[in-house]
Amino acid sequence: MIKLMKGNEALAEAAIRAGADAYFGYPITPQSEVLEYLSREAEKRTGMVVLQAESEVASINMVYGAAGTGKKVWTSSSSPGISLMQEGISYIASAELPCLIVNVQRGGPGLGTIQPAQSDYFQSVKGGGHGDYRLIVLAPASVQEMSDFVKLSFELAFKYRNPVMILSDGALGQMMEKVEFFEQQERKFDKLDWALVGKPKNRAHNVITSLHIKPDKMEEINIHLQKKYKLIEENEIRFEEIMCDDADYIITAFGLVARICTKAAELAREKGIKVGVFRPISLFPFPSKQIDSYSKKIKGILDVEMNAGQMVEDVKLSVNGKVPVEFYGRMGGIVPAPDEILEALENYIAGGKL
Amino acid sequence: MAKAKGDILINIEKCKGCEICMDACPEDVIAMSKVVNKKGYLYAVKITDSCTGCTNCALVCPDAVITVFRETKQKKEQIATITNVTGNITVTVDK
Amino acid sequence: MNVETLDTIKTVVFEKTESLLDVEMHYCPGCGHSVTHRLIAEVIDELGIVEETIGVAPVGCSVFAYNYIGVDFSEAAHGRASAAATGIKRVFPEKYVFSYQGDGDLAAIGTGETIHTCNRGENILIIFINNGIYGMTGGQMAPTTLPNMKSTTSPFGRDTKSMGYPLKITDLVAQLPGTYYVTRQSVHKPLNVRRAKKAIQKGFEYQKLNKGTCFIEIVSNCPSNWKMTPVESNKWLDENMLPFYPLGDLKVPNEKEV
Repeated sequence: MIKLMKGNEALAEAAIRAGADAYFGYPITPQSEVLEYLSREAEKRTGMVVLQAESEVASINMVYGAAGTGKKVWTSSSSPGISLMQEGISYIASAELPCLIVNVQRGGPGLGTIQPAQSDYFQSVKGGGHGDYRLIVLAPASVQEMSDFVKLSFELAFKYRNPVMILSDGALGQMMEKVEFFEQQERKFDKLDWALVGKPKNRAHNVITSLHIKPDKMEEINIHLQKKYKLIEENEIRFEEIMCDDADYIITAFGLVARICTKAAELAREKGIKVGVFRPISLFPFPSKQIDSYSKKIKGILDVEMNAGQMVEDVKLSVNGKVPVEFYGRMGGIVPAPDEILEALENYIAGGKL
Repeated sequence: MAKAKGDILINIEKCKGCEICMDACPEDVIAMSKVVNKKGYLYAVKITDSCTGCTNCALVCPDAVITVFRETKQKKEQIATITNVTGNITVTVDK
Repeated sequence: MNVETLDTIKTVVFEKTESLLDVEMHYCPGCGHSVTHRLIAEVIDELGIVEETIGVAPVGCSVFAYNYIGVDFSEAAHGRASAAATGIKRVFPEKYVFSYQGDGDLAAIGTGETIHTCNRGENILIIFINNGIYGMTGGQMAPTTLPNMKSTTSPFGRDTKSMGYPLKITDLVAQLPGTYYVTRQSVHKPLNVRRAKKAIQKGFEYQKLNKGTCFIEIVSNCPSNWKMTPVESNKWLDENMLPFYPLGDLKVPNEKEV
């Protein structure tokens, strides 16, 4: 089925189709359409639970409780709301509960603005709450991917017993595009051996907890988590390469910005500058090796983001000084235009400075 | 009517010596030991046979260390209970 | 009656119930948490609902409740037990779901979740232990600490002018249309233990009716942080806590409906 739809609505429609069991959320611009769409559509179509909580703190803890039963649950919010959820996300990661959290980012810091931004990269990728944990983070660049990544996220969440975050932004959430949906999946429930389903006679009671008061046990849990993250790094790298084969320069960008950068690369090529775009899709795990593979082939990298320079740190770590990396960003809800990206490319890299 | 006869069994190694059972016992059946258990607590001990099996001690015991018994006298060779309109009749057979 | 024709039969009238696991609880001697845990386990066993019950433990002294009560259990973040319980109940409406929370958890950091869970009328049982103090962290002032009561953060007694008043949150939730059964009990004397158990039994049984939240406050002691012997603490509870937090039902279902 092909539809013209807002990104936020595509997210919600995809979750219904993916057979999600429950959504717990709280209104915040620019993602309130998710809760609104679900309130209209979800229960009548699949029986999915949709509950408007009293806060993002309550939402994420409802997700924590429900995810402990092994059901398919999720929430969404925008930057300030996601900040409120960080404690709960840390608990979910520690207790290894599968779930989906969507951040339709807006400009910060503070209450900031309702316009799109990418300034929650650090928070999402490096662990926004306390303790050593990682989310699997996927960055869609189109309304199509807003839909596709919902299904993928649930698959990854259950495969690794790990929370997955879709890191989107207000522009993607609000803009309308053509989207082709996958078929409706049946809502089915498999009793998982670790989950809270009621203790049968033939096993000890199951406990979902992130508390391990003895340090040797807590270290053991940490070692186990790190091994899992390593496995995720080995198996779940996702990225897109656009015109990179013959490129002298590469722009790295994630999410919607990568599409603007593609236009900038086309403009550059019209001027005879061979530019490609490398788009990390999985922000954790980060495609470091794939970016590094260009180190010896290209003259420079321009990283472009809607923030003060966050992913650029990972790009620099990837190439480890082998090729110059410059940054161009807009902040506070400003979306960069292709021509200013081209100008930055010419000024910083392809032009004269390097 | 004679007082009910009961008995208690105290799991002394699990007892934390809080003395709440001693306080709750209406018959002063319980006292605290003079020596400590493995955990280092003075523990509850039964000191008289006047227990009625009222379960007060066990009800207030935070650590569920007291098992309570009640003694009942029952006719030998009780074989059946029949219910009719007037109530229960216990049928017994003499040896 | 000829005594020689009688046998003495010794029957067990009280023993530890199966779902109270055979492990030593970490609670201090004389703690009301232990008694309340036992009552919950007894009710679950007597109703035969082990396979249908999921518990949620708080942060505070009873954080390890899941180690002692042998049903599937989730730990929750501080104050969020009723939100976690909401999540569980919403995806498993056929299960018996209960949260077990102390006064700091339920009536300070988790007040928002408590009020809204009760106001939505979630079909869960909330068991609230009120001992007027933060136990786990070492005796700080709680939202329920009595006026003039000393704690490590009200060392000269709770001055209501600067520290505010004790929060009677049970009275508050009883006013909400979402609650179905609200009662205040204690476990410091045998009779109170019997009544508290009956209340907990009702709290579980009412869940099947889907009529709203059941909320049971247990006024309890904290011998260690009150700096008293267990027996003294129960006496102090009787003389000081109960006049402020009187025992009894605050909201009872219409018996015709039950």
